[in-house]
Amino acid sequence: MNDQSCVRIMTEWDIVAARQLGRNVAKELGFGTVDQARITTAISELARNIYLYAGKGQIGIEQVADRGKKGLKIIAEDQGPGIPDIRKVMEDGFSTSGGLGAGLPGVKRLMDEFSLNSVAGEGTEIQAIKWLR
Amino acid sequence: MMSNQTVYQFIAENQNELLQLWTDTLKELSEQESYQLTDQVYENISKEYIDILLLSVKDENAAESQISELALRAVQIGLSMKFLATALAEFWKRLYTKMNDKRLPDQESTELIWQIDRFFSPINTEIFNQYSISWEKTVSLQKIALQELSAPLIPVFENITVMPLVGTIDTERAKRIMENLLNGVVKHRSQVVLIDITGVPVVDTMVAHHIIQASEAVRLVGAKCLLAGIRPEIAQTIVNLGIDLSQVITKNTLQKGIQTALEMTDRKIVSLGE
Repeated sequence: MNDQSCVRIMTEWDIVAARQLGRNVAKELGFGTVDQARITTAISELARNIYLYAGKGQIGIEQVADRGKKGLKIIAEDQGPGIPDIRKVMEDGFSTSGGLGAGLPGVKRLMDEFSLNSVAGEGTEIQAIKWLR
Repeated sequence: MMSNQTVYQFIAENQNELLQLWTDTLKELSEQESYQLTDQVYENISKEYIDILLLSVKDENAAESQISELALRAVQIGLSMKFLATALAEFWKRLYTKMNDKRLPDQESTELIWQIDRFFSPINTEIFNQYSISWEKTVSLQKIALQELSAPLIPVFENITVMPLVGTIDTERAKRIMENLLNGVVKHRSQVVLIDITGVPVVDTMVAHHIIQASEAVRLVGAKCLLAGIRPEIAQTIVNLGIDLSQVITKNTLQKGIQTALEMTDRKIVSLGE
């Protein structure tokens, strides 16, 4: 079993590919259907953000282990414009594209761990982990 | 100085030998790939290719139509572009080695390379061109097929219509859903429209956003929108995402949705007593 795999996001259909990959890995790890849905939805949000705001980037899916716990880690990377105000994007209902503005705060709630790193003009890296219970 | 005929003559004179060489090349290369094809297939392809090479000197038009046939066949049996490119390049090299087995002086062997290249290049380019054309055609046909499936509207009862959605919803499709929904409401004079999302694998904020917009638009044209087929795991992710669907009436199955729709239009299904 491969520990890390990657999908490049360039078109809208790559979002589906990233989701599919995430779902397969989650299934292999033994996540239940609810957590599978949470993970795929989180991937969908992150991949769509890449497609909408950065144009291109990649989604990595990794298996992680910590003190006997197993989990799935999503790494979303892009070299896009970056996020100028991180506190603002983590607020519910904030959107620059006329969307619902539930994406990033939603991902944080869907997953167990969440970290966001962004430098304006250089890009964004988001990591999120779901632990297997 | 060698004329353009040199390569042609060599191929014409050594047809059988080259056919063998070509078939061997294909077979050798195919071992690295996982094609499950018989030797007969490779032999036929090789024969066709050599026919094209010979024909290209005599009758360009006939050769062209044969090239597109060959390319189409390659797509159909699933040969990859990479395999085709490697095979053609390999054949070219082996042909050169054969033609130069007397070890010509440098000047002449360079000239020979140019000769072969001039002979093969247009044919090979055309093969790739046709190959990609066939691919593009397949893709665009599938796109059309997918569009036909994208957002059907079914009138089930008077004033009640159902739109069953199966598969991923992208921006293109979301637009279509909205258009078909509104057109359908007007055309079928619907009072209630049901959107069934049992077959939608992921409901993220974008999909939810489109559903909310669609139901709002349906409300504006004077009908009501019901969302059916919300599976438990989808319900949980919607709550986690913090999406507010309180403006839309939701039901977990299409059956319950239709019952509710009938109630909303003052009707109900009763079983006939004995």
